[in-house]
Amino acid sequence: MPTQEPKERIKNFNEVALGYLPVQAIEEAKRCLKCKKPKCIDGCPVGVDIPGFIDVIANGDFQSAIAKIKEKNNLPAICGRVCPQETQCESLCVLGKKQEPVAIGRLERFAADGEKGFAIPEISPNRKKVAVIGSGPAGLTCAADLAKWGYEVTIFESLHDTGGVLRYGIPEFRLPKAIVDKEVDYIKKLGVHIEVNVVVGLTNTIDELKTDGFKAIFIGTGAGLPYFLGIPGENLNGVYSANEFLTRTNLMKAYRFPEYDTPIKVGRKVAVVGAGNVAMDAARCALRLGAEEVFIVYRRSFEEMPARAEEVHHAQEEGIIFKLLTAPTKILGNAQGWVVAMECIQMELGTPDESGRRKPIPIPNSEFTMEVETVISALGQGPNPLLLQATKGLELNKRGNIVVDENLKTSLDGVYAGGDIVTGAATVISAMGAGKKAAEAIHQYLS
Amino acid sequence: MYKILETKQLAKEIKLFVVDAPRVAKACKPGQFIILKINEQGERIPLTIYDYNVGQGTISIIFQEVGKTTRQLGKLKAGDEIQDFVGPLGKPIEVNDSHKRIICVGGGVGVAPVYPKARALKNSGAEVISIIGARSKDLIILEEEMKAVSNELYVCTDDGSYGEHGFVTQVLEKLLPIKTPDLVIAIGPLPMMRACCQATKKFNVPTLVSLNSIMVDGTGMCGSCRVTIGGETKFACVDGPTFDGHLVDFNELMLRQVRFVEEEKVALQRYEKMEGVKENGSCCCKSR
Repeated sequence: MPTQEPKERIKNFNEVALGYLPVQAIEEAKRCLKCKKPKCIDGCPVGVDIPGFIDVIANGDFQSAIAKIKEKNNLPAICGRVCPQETQCESLCVLGKKQEPVAIGRLERFAADGEKGFAIPEISPNRKKVAVIGSGPAGLTCAADLAKWGYEVTIFESLHDTGGVLRYGIPEFRLPKAIVDKEVDYIKKLGVHIEVNVVVGLTNTIDELKTDGFKAIFIGTGAGLPYFLGIPGENLNGVYSANEFLTRTNLMKAYRFPEYDTPIKVGRKVAVVGAGNVAMDAARCALRLGAEEVFIVYRRSFEEMPARAEEVHHAQEEGIIFKLLTAPTKILGNAQGWVVAMECIQMELGTPDESGRRKPIPIPNSEFTMEVETVISALGQGPNPLLLQATKGLELNKRGNIVVDENLKTSLDGVYAGGDIVTGAATVISAMGAGKKAAEAIHQYLS
Repeated sequence: MYKILETKQLAKEIKLFVVDAPRVAKACKPGQFIILKINEQGERIPLTIYDYNVGQGTISIIFQEVGKTTRQLGKLKAGDEIQDFVGPLGKPIEVNDSHKRIICVGGGVGVAPVYPKARALKNSGAEVISIIGARSKDLIILEEEMKAVSNELYVCTDDGSYGEHGFVTQVLEKLLPIKTPDLVIAIGPLPMMRACCQATKKFNVPTLVSLNSIMVDGTGMCGSCRVTIGGETKFACVDGPTFDGHLVDFNELMLRQVRFVEEEKVALQRYEKMEGVKENGSCCCKSR
């Protein structure tokens, strides 16, 4: 797929991957073997008819392709961009055994971007009200499916704009916000009502929603509590959580300061601690915001990195420096309280731990100091406790995530939950899968 | 959109807005705050709630025009709308009848968040002694309102242009041994709150302060507002904004508060230039 040249793209926030031209898409689609028993579908958390939509692309019928995808996937332009296809659908493609698998994600994106107008299915309203808390991928998916079945759905969003992590977390150059707008617009056209600036747990409560006539409630509030490093110096100026760094940049558009009012400050040298997608996003944003050198500091090696392969590849192309087998131990500051350096220790890999990954062990006396002015902690996020603390009787596990049964029902009647608030930080598509599953369970509960 | 129903100039550069926000008003308790964003390009800024009216569905905010956003906000008039207005955020202050005599200290625009707390305490039957102060007479706000919710009110100015000559902390230091309060609430600029806490520490009087740290979302998502309280990192937005003043690391907080001072200057200068152009009716190239 064509991309913006690395040298150029590190100076702007425009999308990196440019998408297929029609002839490229047809050529790629024709590679599909149309397996009798397609494995790829098993790898899709929302069960898209992958060979079906690829077949119509191969025939040049692009509008049928998007219609087919949308039977199962309400946010295809987003999934085509941010799904970890290499561990899902594409990993199961038989072609992948000997050569490159069919580029399913890129074809999905192609079909979604070419959509002309929205085909809104016929909906027969059933006048039953359902509330969805959070307008991220889980909430949007759940709301869309319920709306298609005739429910009166209201989404409550705590921020001033929709999309959750799609808006505040994933940067413009990976997922243009115009794409998010378009997908949210489709969901509104399905009849879903969205109310922003409502923090359920503070502005209102789940009990009040029930009193207001909502027969069922879906909680999709995501993983919105940043983890910090737990080392000395992390309250120094110049230390950000990845959440803060990305929210300022993406949601508040600090990269367009002073045209937009929200500021951000990036030093000459930046260390991003962690190696997931969020870390790659933060590192690549830092580069675009003017940093000269950006390091990914990770305590394990390339093999164990949780980030999507394409993101690591793009980060490398852009000149992000990977400091692997390295763990920070201390952040050092000057008298004015600003970060000047980070002290680290070298690690080696031992035997696999409970996560199945080889455990990093510090090498004695291997401490060293790297000069940096900005440190971004991208160690993952936990469940935000705001709504959970305000909701009596909602059962949580040890980590503070909501406990649900196999139908995603919580300990409260009529209250369902899914996505990162249940699983801990995971992917957009797994949250969408949960939203879908919860919608089915709510549909059954209310029918 | 959230309509401004009423505006009032309380002092030089200090304004009161009554905003139509029924949902926020219904849930509001003393000690909480809101975050607003004026328009599409705007930043999210936290502002303390001065008053709320459930019946009328309104929230009153008081702010001082110090930076770009607050100046721009100050230009708005009754009938204008604010794009985003979310709350109530933060933990409410706990009012219980164990507090018999309380000294409430408000410095500058910090009198605004003191008011709802003083009123709640007075209503719960406590004896409320209030001290309010500002740099000079023209910056004193809410004197009448504070008088109405206090058993005694002391007013002071740094320059002596009104009330007692001196800082609120000096009045506090004088009153502490005489009045022997069982609680002090001090809200205002960081140096003032720190000085108040140093004073009350000597007399071992529990002291609550309200921290207005730099925030983005205000719901515990970003950690921009983190402060060290008794050696532990807390988020002012969800764990506060009210904290035990004797545990607050004011030195760290003062350093953190100037994180974006250069950017704030750039934004303000750009805004003033643009406003200047607007007020002159044309830009320089046209007037040639």
